[in-house]
Amino acid sequence: MRWLVLLPLLFLPHPGVTEEVVAGLSQNSISITANFDGSDLLIYGAVKREEPIPQNSLLDVIITVEGPSEPVVVRRKSRSMGIWINTSGVEIDRAPSFYAVATSRPLADILSQTEDLRRRISTRQMIRSVGAPTEITDSAAFTEALIRLRERDALYVLKENTVELKADTLFSTDFDLPADLIEGDYRTRIFLLRDKKLVASEETSIDVRKVGLERWLFDLSRQQPVIYGLLAIVLALVAGWAASAAFRLIRN
Amino acid sequence: MQVYLPIAEVSVNAFLLFGLGGIVGLLSGLFGVGGGFLITPLLFFIGIPPVVAVATGANQVVASSVSAVLAHLKRKTVDLRMGTVLLAGGIMGSALGIWVFNILSRQGQIDVVVQLSYVIFLGLIGALMFQESLRTLRRSRAGPVAPIKRHQHLWVHNLPFKVKFRTSGLYISVIPPLMVGLLVGVLAAIMGVGGGFIMVPAMIYLLGMPTKVVIGTSLFQIIFVTGFTTFMHAATNNSVDLMLALFLIIGGVVGAQIGSQFAARLKAEQLRILLALLVLGVCLKLALDLLIEPSELYSARPVGRF
Repeated sequence: MRWLVLLPLLFLPHPGVTEEVVAGLSQNSISITANFDGSDLLIYGAVKREEPIPQNSLLDVIITVEGPSEPVVVRRKSRSMGIWINTSGVEIDRAPSFYAVATSRPLADILSQTEDLRRRISTRQMIRSVGAPTEITDSAAFTEALIRLRERDALYVLKENTVELKADTLFSTDFDLPADLIEGDYRTRIFLLRDKKLVASEETSIDVRKVGLERWLFDLSRQQPVIYGLLAIVLALVAGWAASAAFRLIRN
Repeated sequence: MQVYLPIAEVSVNAFLLFGLGGIVGLLSGLFGVGGGFLITPLLFFIGIPPVVAVATGANQVVASSVSAVLAHLKRKTVDLRMGTVLLAGGIMGSALGIWVFNILSRQGQIDVVVQLSYVIFLGLIGALMFQESLRTLRRSRAGPVAPIKRHQHLWVHNLPFKVKFRTSGLYISVIPPLMVGLLVGVLAAIMGVGGGFIMVPAMIYLLGMPTKVVIGTSLFQIIFVTGFTTFMHAATNNSVDLMLALFLIIGGVVGAQIGSQFAARLKAEQLRILLALLVLGVCLKLALDLLIEPSELYSARPVGRF
């Protein structure tokens, strides 16, 4: 019955070499507290293999971190009646709120287009835009603009040559998660490649949650908007009254 | 020290927020305006989503107006009856404004409407104020002149439903104050302001109220209108950020106290010119943003977030 155990190996994308990823994260969950200032994320791991290291090809590693995907409206301004206003817009079906890619060598040198299409690794592949309104002929420009805008805000990051690979076995990289994170499951993926083809991959997720006061305020604003609105007014009334009372005390 | 704003979902420097609240408080202490017309554009500049900036700006105005109106109540310079009529119009206007705001927001045109309203109103009020204070400054140099005639009979005095407003010493129809209240309410909801800078000239020139009760009465009704606006924004689109409001309010009340200390030492005409220049400056900046081709033509906003 031994062959049954070996059967899955036949379906590996790169037969002949059996390499697997064993990976770890510096943290499995991130708490957004009131003074949340971004977070450092260390992703490390090792390549597990039963045979000697193959010498005929180079091993490469790509690591991605991906925030929750959501639909995004991208709008374009043009001059109308002398002022610049939004005149056309495209709704992009899904785009990650955050996406970072770290590689061991320049991305184009280690990843084939087919593999990129299949696994959705580069930023461009992560954005899905199906239907643009018929009057917009250049919908690709809107997708490009979204990538440009988010790269500018450091929400989309490509860090080439930042995965450190030791003795073709140990690897590690650092991600700076920005302060403007939104809540959700952040998927991390690790890809091992040889000759621009995938050898093995591994996926885990990090739970990013608002906690404490942030959690309480956010939940209250969504679940009890009436109470939240009243609370906002009471806060303002009390602060205004307290200020005038304190002012009177100081003057007397 | 960074602070993460739970509703806006952005992280901002807490001292920057204290500072902004403080500067606006300082100005409101100096000039007797709520400061909403400044806080909202300033929040745009530091990257707070416009929807959150407008709703939270209104909340800050509640706090600064309460603090100011308490002082006016003590001096008996609030016409409560006139305030109530203005308020009735204001509540209707605010509801109308929220409705328009939500429609425009869905169509992606809210930013330009808010900006345009700011440019038009700030430009108008700033220019009027500048001209007026220049004239008074020149007149005070030229020596005393004949006082302006009070109680002129304008078209507003010929409308029905006349009511006696004792504190203001007026006997006029309730329709003009209702209309003024309505207009200010709409603007409050769309622009996130109390509307004092529109209300005050309207009360003096349109309703003919004596200047000493104008500020207090305007502040009195602004509390209710901005309070209602805050509540409606919170209830219909969850866009009030209490964390942001807290920092702005604390900065604001401290600034307001320092401002009112300074105000006692400066001359009224000089203050008015300064305020007029400030208003025109904000107006110019917003106008240039609309007129000059932006370096980035595209903007992206996630659906379901602000």
